Amino acid sequence: MEPLLKIQGLNVSVDDNEILHDLNLTVGRGETHVLMGPNGAGKSTLGNTLMGNPHYKVTAGTIFFNGKNIEDLSVNERAKEGLFMSFQSPIEVPGVSLSNFIRTALEQRSGKRIRLWDFKKEIEQKLKVLDMDPSYADRDLNVGFSGGEKKKAEILQMLMLKPSLAILDETDSGLDVDAVRTVSSGVREFQKDKDGALLIITHSTRILESLHVDATHVLVNGHIVEDGGAELVDEINEKGFTRFEEK
Amino acid sequence: MAEKTYVEDIDRSMYDFRYDEKDAYRIEEGLDPSIVEQISREKNDPEWMHDFRMKSLEIYNHTKMPDWGPSIEGLDMAHIATYVRPNTRMANDWDAVPEEIKDTFERLGIPQAERKSLAGVGAQYDSELVYHNVQDFAEKLGVVYSDIESALRGPYADMIKDHFMKLVPPTDHKFAALHGAVWSGGSFVYVPKGVHLEIPLQSYFRLNAKGAGQFEHTLIIVEDDAYLHFIEGCSAPKYNVANLHAGCVELFVGKNSTLRYSTIENWSKNMYNLNTKRALVQEGGKIEWVSGSFGSHVSYLYPMSVLAGRGASSEFTGVTFAGHGQNLDTGCKVVHNAPDTTSVVNTRSISKSGGISTFRSAVVINPQAKNSKSSTSCQSLMLDSESRSDTIPAMDVKTQQADVGHEAKIGRISDDAVFYLMSRGLPEDDARALIVSGFADNVGKELPLEYAVEMNNLIRLEMKGTNG
Repeated sequence: MEPLLKIQGLNVSVDDNEILHDLNLTVGRGETHVLMGPNGAGKSTLGNTLMGNPHYKVTAGTIFFNGKNIEDLSVNERAKEGLFMSFQSPIEVPGVSLSNFIRTALEQRSGKRIRLWDFKKEIEQKLKVLDMDPSYADRDLNVGFSGGEKKKAEILQMLMLKPSLAILDETDSGLDVDAVRTVSSGVREFQKDKDGALLIITHSTRILESLHVDATHVLVNGHIVEDGGAELVDEINEKGFTRFEEK
Repeated sequence: MAEKTYVEDIDRSMYDFRYDEKDAYRIEEGLDPSIVEQISREKNDPEWMHDFRMKSLEIYNHTKMPDWGPSIEGLDMAHIATYVRPNTRMANDWDAVPEEIKDTFERLGIPQAERKSLAGVGAQYDSELVYHNVQDFAEKLGVVYSDIESALRGPYADMIKDHFMKLVPPTDHKFAALHGAVWSGGSFVYVPKGVHLEIPLQSYFRLNAKGAGQFEHTLIIVEDDAYLHFIEGCSAPKYNVANLHAGCVELFVGKNSTLRYSTIENWSKNMYNLNTKRALVQEGGKIEWVSGSFGSHVSYLYPMSVLAGRGASSEFTGVTFAGHGQNLDTGCKVVHNAPDTTSVVNTRSISKSGGISTFRSAVVINPQAKNSKSSTSCQSLMLDSESRSDTIPAMDVKTQQADVGHEAKIGRISDDAVFYLMSRGLPEDDARALIVSGFADNVGKELPLEYAVEMNNLIRLEMKGTNG
């Protein structure tokens, strides 16, 4: 079977500075991949490029998703194809509630109207998994949410939208131990659904402690310097990135 | 993704239908004493009103055109019919309203709204009210809601005479004088002492006639310890000649009373909207203006609050959306004339496709207004580089014992925000529309639900287009 995501020879520039160089990465359906690396290695650049942020320019290489070259797809078309990204700092949008926003997004993706009753039941269940008060569903999208609440709201959107590949961009940064645990259980809930693959971008290992990991990639200075399994996470946890930075 | 967003002009089909004029009476275009005489005769004015009109015309003739705002050169009074009477008498039953006029208001959702959530409704078509009705319970509370013309001859005649154009005298500016000369239609509302009318009254103004003017007068008197929410809506089909709206709104708010005055204005884009609104607020009273300006070619609109009694307050919440060919000069004025008075101004302006949106405000704190507070916050959003947005806040503070603040922000939609919303599957247009609706939410959340929905629909329509 063809892989879900296949990146080959990818170069990406921001404002004419090349950030990613000749990057190759393959993610199979339902797999959980971890992308680790020190600050400034280009991890978020990869996430933004996959999602189609116009600020990031692909100067070489290809990205195939679901067997399709997605280079020319707009951001929302990529979302329709099943890509999702959890943002580091999601914006606040007054005037639309979190639940209405998710419903609108679902309807945009499927082109069908969503049955309100089923939707309500599902969102209530997911809010519970994330230890969020049900009233969050009716609050304006991210408005007045704390850092931790915003991250949880991102995971809630992931659980509701059910993408085939979710990119979690530093979802654990700035969270306290309890919040990391909650977010982690949200991610586990997503993993239970075997169709959904994950690309977890992080520079720490906290969020990974209770998650199953299929593959780990270490990114340093825009190059993937090592690919491995879950054991790489443990090594980085103990010894940091020094060994890779010397490569 | 495309770098430039092309945003189409509003699809106004919902507002843009029109009927052939079947007027019973249309006065000839232009303005001279004989025309004002005719209007006065048509309306069977009491003598004082006749004299008032003639005096106003004189003032009009020797008052200069405003020379400080958007150009109104395209407005030629010689080609405006100041009085157009529809072919009907005023009814208090929708069934009695002629089919075409009824259909107009039905398409605008007026009778439906009345059935659902209003204590009373007035509907004006061109120069006259065609429908007016108050729910029984409101009438039993002693609330009066009628057209001005009948009130001029009824038990409230003296009250009208005592208040009519006392707050906005014809000498105020040229179009106030014009209004004094040719006013027709509008509403009179009286809320007795201690009465809290929990559900709103609404007036809707529709200008169907081509090349005509609408000059309705709204006079609201809220006695002490009372509450009223009054909503006005306005629209017109588009013609290729200028239409003029020079209405006048005078609000008297008694001690410890609150009056909320909400407007969703959606005139067609050939309209010169030169409207004057003013409130006089007594001790402990409060005026709350909620204002959405979407239509018209040129607008001059600055509702003014005069805080006359100790502890009186004014809150102004507004949004203005200027698209292609629109120059909307809006804002407000507050005069603090008593101690411990408070004013809050919170506005949003949006401009796109070459539209010009100017926020203009004036806060005056007079020497006797010790310990007064005023805060102004205005934010502008420009949707492209051809559009303009200006902010002209003026402050005149004549006592040291006042707390006055002002904050202005001008911005564009951030690419990051659009990217975020698109990453959830929203097309670019929808993402932008959502951000703009959110930007205008200061007004949205102050409006009753159905009006907030209407406003968001207007924004969505304005924002609709394709990426190119």
